[in-house]
Amino acid sequence: MVDTEGKTTALTSSHLERGARMVPFAGYLMPLQYSGQIAEHQAVRKALGIFDLSHMGEFRLTGPGVLAAADALVTNRITGTRPGQAVYSPMCREDGGIVDDLLVYHLPDSVLLVVNAANIEKDAAWVREHLPRGVTFADESDATALIAVQGPETEAFLAPLADLDLAAMDTYTARAGTVAGTPALISRTGYTGEDGFELYVEPGAAPGLWDRLLEAGAPRGLVPVGLAARDTLRFEMGYCLYGNDIDDSTSPLEAGLGWTVKLGQTFFIGQEALRRQKEHGVTRRLVGLVPAEERAIPRKGYPILDAERQVGQVTSGTFAPSVGRGLGMGYVEAPRAGKGETVWIDIRGKRAEATVARTPFYTEGSRKAPGTVEGKDHGNA
Amino acid sequence: METPETLKYTEEHEWVRAEGKTAVIGITDYAQGELGDIVFVELPQPGAAVQQGGVFGTIEAVKTVSDLYAPVTGKVVAVNESLGGEPEAVNRAPYEDGWMIKIEMDDAGELEKLMDAAGYKQHVGEGS
Repeated sequence: MVDTEGKTTALTSSHLERGARMVPFAGYLMPLQYSGQIAEHQAVRKALGIFDLSHMGEFRLTGPGVLAAADALVTNRITGTRPGQAVYSPMCREDGGIVDDLLVYHLPDSVLLVVNAANIEKDAAWVREHLPRGVTFADESDATALIAVQGPETEAFLAPLADLDLAAMDTYTARAGTVAGTPALISRTGYTGEDGFELYVEPGAAPGLWDRLLEAGAPRGLVPVGLAARDTLRFEMGYCLYGNDIDDSTSPLEAGLGWTVKLGQTFFIGQEALRRQKEHGVTRRLVGLVPAEERAIPRKGYPILDAERQVGQVTSGTFAPSVGRGLGMGYVEAPRAGKGETVWIDIRGKRAEATVARTPFYTEGSRKAPGTVEGKDHGNA
Repeated sequence: METPETLKYTEEHEWVRAEGKTAVIGITDYAQGELGDIVFVELPQPGAAVQQGGVFGTIEAVKTVSDLYAPVTGKVVAVNESLGGEPEAVNRAPYEDGWMIKIEMDDAGELEKLMDAAGYKQHVGEGS
């Protein structure tokens, strides 16, 4: 069955031709799955998967003072990074709530912000409102297609197709080059816990690149992957999903993203509120939840309880294919959020015992720690 | 989507195959497709009494969970134990290996209240 609501990407007809199950997502018609969620998930863990992420938004900032302008927008620090560096960061409101979480690319002549599809309009308004005079904003979302290749085989697969030395590229760096003849911003980033590259290309070139990569990668086990497997892959790593685990009402300190909050550095929006929150301590924390019974699957919205009352709520939960059991993430009141604490999850009226745990749930991923190539730590966890 | 002509269907996407007084029950091809990869199926014990329209079990897919509704009233006389180790049979073969329970019907007349294949196809928006 084909659901025809939503904006299309440059690759929509490719997905339909390959029989993907399409769903409306963040206003776009996107592939939910192709061969099956678990099969696609395992392909990425064990070999290779290719994703259409063209729904993501891209904003380009240019002009004098662009790095300082980026610093003011996000909690992490861009000044001091080298051109080619990518930085993961929340973008906060004055009260410390998260407007969005994004990738910030420090490029030679500009700063590129990559934002969640559902937040493109909200973020564009926010960014424009908070840019200093002289820094120019351009929404390039409709002029940019994004293809991700993820999995332990990615470097071996893509290196012969690229005009850059991909093996020499550090995690969280990006360079302009070509892949299979297509000009791309080649970024060693991802959302799966595996090694991988994300390729920003012109929409007109996307279908050809997609087809060439699928064809060239098939012998290595490359399969197209939908949003369903993308969600279980990121979940097993404990990566936050905007709209589930973080939103305007949660702070990066509550969400375990303190490593992205540079309180002692230059000004950013929300700095004061987050400084106060850090001084006073957060009242709740986003934690991992491991049910005692592995067939118990926490789901978004389920209440988290202690012996007497509700102490939190599940924000993401699923069967985790690479762990082989049900797992959850959720906010728990700080006194009950310590590792090893016992809580209960109200699973459709039944109390299921669970233990508070640190994430990631899956620790065997092939993603290289930042800095392993060049021997320095960029501070991205 | 496969919707065998010989079966009866519920609005909640269960199918029934009548074999004399016994009703074999599972979920439809459409339902398994909507649920995605199924990872656990919780079924009643043999001997349990079920009511038409009542919940008899739960099905957990990777991304969602759903109740299972009894299409007929009666006593559970058999449970597909193999789904414990191979729940994906529901995805692979929803009308064969993926069957869930067998009910000894109190009143086979209840089958008349269920949809036939044409009615079910219409129900899921694929009627011709």
